[in-house]
Amino acid sequence: MSDAAFICELVVMSGKGGTGKTSVTASLAVLAGSAVLADCDVDASNLPLVLDPREQRRETFTGGVRARIRREDCTACGQCKALCRFDAIFFDGPGHGRLPHTYRVDSAACEGCGVCHDVCPEHAIDLEPTEGGEWFVSETRFGPLLHARLRPGHGNSGRLVTLVRDQARQVAEAAGRRLILVDGPPGIGCPVIASLTGATRVLAVTEPTPSGEHDLERLLALARHFSIPAWVCVNKHDLNADMTLQIERRAAALGATVTERIPYDPAVTAAQRRGRPVVDVDHGPAAAAIRKLWERVRPFLADPPGPQLDTGRPAG
Amino acid sequence: MNLVIASGKGGTGKTTVATSLAVTLARHGQTVAYVDCDVETPNGHLFLKPMVTRERPVEKLVPRVNQETCLLCGLCAAVCRFNAIACLPDQTLVYEELCHGCGGCTRVCPVGAITEAPHPVGVVKVGAAGAIQFVSGTLNVGESTSPPVIRATRQAAPAADWTILDAPPGTACPMMEAVRGSDYVVLVTEPTPFGLHDLRLALEVVKTFDLPCGVVVNRAQPGATEARDLCRQARVRILAEIPDAVAIAKEYSRGQLVVETVPGLREIFDQLCLRLLEEVPKEKCPHEMRQRLEAAIRASSQSPATGPPAAGDPFSTPRLAAPRQREEPTRAASAS
Repeated sequence: MSDAAFICELVVMSGKGGTGKTSVTASLAVLAGSAVLADCDVDASNLPLVLDPREQRRETFTGGVRARIRREDCTACGQCKALCRFDAIFFDGPGHGRLPHTYRVDSAACEGCGVCHDVCPEHAIDLEPTEGGEWFVSETRFGPLLHARLRPGHGNSGRLVTLVRDQARQVAEAAGRRLILVDGPPGIGCPVIASLTGATRVLAVTEPTPSGEHDLERLLALARHFSIPAWVCVNKHDLNADMTLQIERRAAALGATVTERIPYDPAVTAAQRRGRPVVDVDHGPAAAAIRKLWERVRPFLADPPGPQLDTGRPAG
Repeated sequence: MNLVIASGKGGTGKTTVATSLAVTLARHGQTVAYVDCDVETPNGHLFLKPMVTRERPVEKLVPRVNQETCLLCGLCAAVCRFNAIACLPDQTLVYEELCHGCGGCTRVCPVGAITEAPHPVGVVKVGAAGAIQFVSGTLNVGESTSPPVIRATRQAAPAADWTILDAPPGTACPMMEAVRGSDYVVLVTEPTPFGLHDLRLALEVVKTFDLPCGVVVNRAQPGATEARDLCRQARVRILAEIPDAVAIAKEYSRGQLVVETVPGLREIFDQLCLRLLEEVPKEKCPHEMRQRLEAAIRASSQSPATGPPAAGDPFSTPRLAAPRQREEPTRAASAS
């Protein structure tokens, strides 16, 4: 990859939810000034709430197919239910002139594999495309924002995440922007994997609690699995000094680079209530720590990570 | 009685509510099963500290192609709607991480060259934490599909008066897998813009399942009304408010069960149990069980000396509701 084409994609993650990913990402967006922003927490998207986005473009996300049984053609033979691996077919559908009951698909459980559609001797099962949600390109004071809304209760979040990231990259390439800041989803499953594959670096935001530590370990294991270098930042570190140290030691042992700590500061929630990133409205302890965090990571965002995981600390 | 504790936003206090509720119900003589369905990041064991007696792997079936007998006809690749099989000129390749395990390819292969082999995706642990029966699912790191692990975890839950399911956050398929088929949903939120935004989304999901639900407001601020307004509009009841208190955050950060160590919380959770009795579907909660629980809660509130920490009026917790104070940072400088 030539240096001119390099676009750094920094994904902010946590494992455990509610550790401050979105607040940190929004503040980094302010400090970076010219990044492209992507909210990959597509089923509970919060980054737009603090960036005051102006929507430029809105598209429908087609989230695969779901089976639907036409009851008038169903003969209740039960082959679909016998073969469905997802417990998605029930024998409690409405009847018709010939039968008291028919089979019915629970669209929440259906994964759209199409096996029932293929086996139905009456061809009574349709596969219908589902509207899985929407995605948006918006303009903010701090750069273009790509975000999405998975239809509540819908699957396929991984595909929507991939779509948001692809679009963010296109916007970055078109605008000549060299940094994509990604607000990642919690957990370590499908949408997290979709946010991580092919990303440049991970910033893991955690909190000094047993859950914070436990979930961070799982996230760092995943980052290693994908060979993505990770920074670790303990948020609300003053809540428990011993636990903060324990987590930082553990993170270092797992190959991550420990970076700036952020203290507990009511200004973070106060800024969120005003719909603004904390560094944009406050100069208190949390804002100061996030500024330091940005100064520490910034030098490493211009180039691809080397073959060895670097220390994440400026020389000297 | 299957009670699922869910939330749109992560980190609002699902596990705190689920574990505290389990402990409270067990203390009042109910049989309780705590079932951790947050299989990507399960945390209940950190607070309940159970003895795990049984561990069982969760597997999904993935195709294995016998290249000797494969005709390279490509029917399997054509039928797979997840692009998990590719038929190349000289071999047929399976991408196990994309496979949903539907069995479609095995079924269409004209020469029986595809068999299904188990591929581990997670584990289910079963044990006990005192009187509480404990079940917890864990997704293997690197695996993307948590719903099969959630299904297996739910299936491993033993029968009990109360089965408390600790759901994963969000509104996508893992959350739905935990919620569907339950009898009542408790949504935990916090009164911040993020918390309330995600509560609205979670309420929409619950509505699609047509399940009764109520809300627990965690980190409640005295005088803040947004959560109440939202719940009034959505016509859901606020079952309990847990105050925003440094004491709770500190005890949690030490891995303590806050209902046992923070004064005033025991009363809040007793009240939550009583509210739940009013709210849960009558047919799922036998009269006798209801009476037993009510009597036990009444008895314990009349003898506050039965356990630590005795508190004052159960309906108000002024000590906890005091505004949060800024803690002095324990270190001035950051880690090097």
